[in-house]
Amino acid sequence: MTQIPLMLIDVHAHFYHDRTPRADWRERNTSRLSAGDKIGVTHHVASILGSWGLTSPIYFPSPPDLTYGNDALLTLQRQYPDRVRGYVTVNPNYTAHASAEITRCLGAGMVGIKLAASRRATDPLLDPICQVARERGVPLLHHVWQHRRRDWAGQEASDGAELAALAARHRDVRFILAHIGGGGDWQHSLAVLRTATNVYVDLSGSGVDGGMLEACLESVGVERLLWGTDLTMETGWAKLRYLAHLLSPAQLELVKWKNAVRIFPRGAFPAD
Amino acid sequence: MRIDVNAFLGAYPYRRVPGTAPDRLIRALERVAIDEAWVSHLPSLFWRQPMDGNAWLYDTAAGERRLRPVPAVHPGLAGWEATVQEAADHGAPAVRCDPSHYGLDPVGPEVRGLAAACGAARLPLMMAVRLEDVRQRHPNDRAGELPAAAVRALIRSDGAVRLLITHADRAFIEEVHFGSTPEEAARIWWDISWIWGPPEDHLGTLVETVGAERFVFGTGQPLRIPENAVAKLDLLDLGAERRAAIESENTRAGLLR
Repeated sequence: MTQIPLMLIDVHAHFYHDRTPRADWRERNTSRLSAGDKIGVTHHVASILGSWGLTSPIYFPSPPDLTYGNDALLTLQRQYPDRVRGYVTVNPNYTAHASAEITRCLGAGMVGIKLAASRRATDPLLDPICQVARERGVPLLHHVWQHRRRDWAGQEASDGAELAALAARHRDVRFILAHIGGGGDWQHSLAVLRTATNVYVDLSGSGVDGGMLEACLESVGVERLLWGTDLTMETGWAKLRYLAHLLSPAQLELVKWKNAVRIFPRGAFPAD
Repeated sequence: MRIDVNAFLGAYPYRRVPGTAPDRLIRALERVAIDEAWVSHLPSLFWRQPMDGNAWLYDTAAGERRLRPVPAVHPGLAGWEATVQEAADHGAPAVRCDPSHYGLDPVGPEVRGLAAACGAARLPLMMAVRLEDVRQRHPNDRAGELPAAAVRALIRSDGAVRLLITHADRAFIEEVHFGSTPEEAARIWWDISWIWGPPEDHLGTLVETVGAERFVFGTGQPLRIPENAVAKLDLLDLGAERRAAIESENTRAGLLR
């Protein structure tokens, strides 16, 4: 019998490249990998949002910036084949480019699709992307502002209810609601996710609110929780440590990696 | 030895928070190996007379050696001077004031008067920049965040005042630290509860640029899970001496003197 290795999969990571505003992009990439080693992260499932604002806005990346960023991520994936996996990032406003980019990057080994905040989740322009996700069997990680009471500058953000509406239109697609701890009223998202059974909750984000993890478990159950970090890895590690006191060892393994293995395509991780 | 200078007891009005009772806080301290916690009474932060929560706080802390009370002082209400004296008499490690929650100008004459009184009583004055991320606050939770300019003004207002500022992020700390003289900056301590770790490495950067001696261990629990403060230290290659400084020695040498 093949032994299945224990893993820790970060479903929400980011990297940078040379055409971003960050002069320290190498240090940040190195820091993520180094901190990941200390935490025990076996796989960083990452995205790069275009040029991170250098030549097009972070949340409205241009096609050339998306291509460059996705290429940079593919390079990292080749450089660290055991540790880095990629989401292909696209802007739904450029339908043809998005479609071609998804085909290109999934073909090159990426394992999911990342949508940030270029077009609201309820918009029909997201439908062709969801159809590709269904056909290719990859999850779609969607940036979420947990309770969007108004438009915020610099992004066409969606909230949990809006993502749930998209998920209801595409019940065969697995969606990941980004960073439940990433700002905004997470209770607003959790309330709507109870019945949105094809939406998984990514626990990343800088927020480490007392009661948030209990509320996640209560709302969607341990089978729909995915571990992640986003921009703050210490908060991810803290949540993992806290969950160790809430969950049985078997349940903790679901959050650490087994749930992720279940929703990413077969072969994305060594366990399958 | 690990001292948490930033902990709360009592219910939070804006959402359900587990672990707010004293026995639950003690269990959390044991879970993350914290030896001592400086506790504030959370409900009274929102009361019109915040000092009404102090008696319960003193009684509760008296029954548990790991808890040290940080009483609230509202310097706009009559009798506040006696509350400062009471804090000193009880051996409180600090007093706290949350001016924006009290409806006070954070650099107005009342708060400046409190800063001077704390300096005279050799009591550090604790102030929180925020309690929650502004993006998720309850629609009725409208108290402003503590401005960095207020911290700069208060540290200049009295040569004896020592400030313990909690829930500040990197930009806030840098603005105050490098916007103060070295003598002023040496009278401010920052808890690490809101400072980011890797990959941004804000805490690591601040330890090098501002100095490890300015930071103390704080969690913000139970509003925030205390594992976070420990995890960010575990991700830093600080060395035993600097880690001990942040976890307890800076507090003992700088705030408890």
